[in-house]
Amino acid sequence: MVSSVGKVKKEPLLEVRDLSVTFKAERGGFIKRVEYVYAVKRVSFQIRKGTTMGLVGESGSGKSTIGKAILRLAPLGEGTIHYGGQELTGLADNEFMPFRKRIQTIFQDPYASMNPRLTIASIVAEPLIVHAQAMNRKQREEIVADLLEKVGLPADSMNRYPHQFSGGQRQRICIARALSSSPEFIICDECVSALDVSVQAQIVNLLQDIQDELGITYLFIAHDLAIVEHMCDEALVMELGEIVEQGPTDSLYRSPQHSYTHRLLSAVPRMPTIA
Amino acid sequence: MRLRRLTRYCGFSGSFLKSGTLVSFETVDVFTLGGGVNLPNVDHDPMLLDVQDLRVLFHSRDGVNEAVKGISFHLEEGKTLAIVGESGSGKSVTSMALTKLLPPEPQCCVSGKAYLDGESLLNLSASEMRAVRGKQIAYIFQEPSTSLNPYYTVGNQIAEAIKFHRKEVSDVWKEVVKLLDQVGIREPEKRAVDYPHQMSGGMKQRVMIAIALACQPRILVADEPTTALDVTIEAQIINLLKDLRARLNMSIILITHNFGIVDEFADDIAVMFRGKIVETGPVESVLSKPQHPYTQALINCIPKLGKNKKRLPVVDYAELEK
Repeated sequence: MVSSVGKVKKEPLLEVRDLSVTFKAERGGFIKRVEYVYAVKRVSFQIRKGTTMGLVGESGSGKSTIGKAILRLAPLGEGTIHYGGQELTGLADNEFMPFRKRIQTIFQDPYASMNPRLTIASIVAEPLIVHAQAMNRKQREEIVADLLEKVGLPADSMNRYPHQFSGGQRQRICIARALSSSPEFIICDECVSALDVSVQAQIVNLLQDIQDELGITYLFIAHDLAIVEHMCDEALVMELGEIVEQGPTDSLYRSPQHSYTHRLLSAVPRMPTIA
Repeated sequence: MRLRRLTRYCGFSGSFLKSGTLVSFETVDVFTLGGGVNLPNVDHDPMLLDVQDLRVLFHSRDGVNEAVKGISFHLEEGKTLAIVGESGSGKSVTSMALTKLLPPEPQCCVSGKAYLDGESLLNLSASEMRAVRGKQIAYIFQEPSTSLNPYYTVGNQIAEAIKFHRKEVSDVWKEVVKLLDQVGIREPEKRAVDYPHQMSGGMKQRVMIAIALACQPRILVADEPTTALDVTIEAQIINLLKDLRARLNMSIILITHNFGIVDEFADDIAVMFRGKIVETGPVESVLSKPQHPYTQALINCIPKLGKNKKRLPVVDYAELEK
């Protein structure tokens, strides 16, 4: 399922080496002891351009934290992150800004990830405005209308507010927002987990269509193993902050090596098949 | 059968008069009952819950929304009924209508008939309903984080249920610890003094189950109990529910959109689409040979492990409207 748009280069688009993320946790009542929680422990992986990498694990395994660490939404501990050959970890905030245009994200909760006071037009155009693209309002509106059409929403929805849309429609708006800065890499942080099965199917198809058309690379974080198998070329399995197994989804699912992967796969309820 | 109970049926209920009509019992001749009085079961089959033509209407500024459009289903003792459907199909509203958990009139109008062990549910007074809610019908909701009170310890919340519904229990603390142990929480004495924010999602859901079980209900309504949980925790919760069902012979209404757990856990299934039940029957036959196109489409659009298609089929709503 490697996209035919854009050649698959030799060096990976994203390379993470020995990444660790720690959080400080204070324990105790009056006398506080500081404990360090290792959310992510020495994680290394590579993602090639145009492919989809799945990241599965239970709650608390650290999968969302990796996505956030790449975007600098979580404190970086040790390790390095290379994107397009450049190292991200040592950069100052203003030097990192151009990368925020190239790496976008779609969050899990379609209700919490949009500002309820802004119109859809403002929400989708926000990345355009932030990355200082020199365009006037009319040009921005055209781009927003294009994007909304691409995600399957009518162009006149740009004058409405988030509360007027359903969960699946809001997630489409978030996808349009992520696409507005023409990114190369999108982190999908459990973006279909909060949706109904029928809507999930539509959003998954939409994401695949976008990848086929624009050659975008995805890091698809999820806990639903069936969707990861459907969407992803390769997958990483995380347990308690560490990667326990990784590889192409076919071999990972058919012959899992690690006991934890086995456990995850056997816990998935068997879906009925129509006779 | 006592006269008082009979007059209550005649005078205040809609069970054999047109629903919604309030008739004072002076004007109705107690001894000339029409047909259709539903007396406590003597000769009937053990149908624990019988719902007939349930309708729920919501009034708002934008108009009237008929969330549930006349559905009928029943639940037998010791069996599990799964109500399956998408968001907005009316499944949660159906379960909440049974115990008046919806907004009161005129915002929300519930009509139809619902009988729990022969007694009408929809015509009970507020105090009578409080006795039913929790004691006869208990609930587990989807989001354990928002369903537990963050200001009180979990032990306190379980104790609240016991103190209200089971006044005969003398040692409430012992009962709380016993319940926490029953739902599989390790070191129950220590966990009972924890606050909800100190627990994980799976543990909070177990606490919810403990609160629901505290009153030994006849029916447990599980409204999407595992949707917010991971696959391994989901498996544990489902196993726990199976274990409790076997031990306590509890009847369960499982509301979900996850066909996998329906297959594993339920005996009967009712598929809801936009306020109506489109298909109903035993789980094996409905899931292996679904008759209604909506059920077929819903099952088809779920990605299944091991089956790799290029695109997931989607539900064609326009086709179904016809």
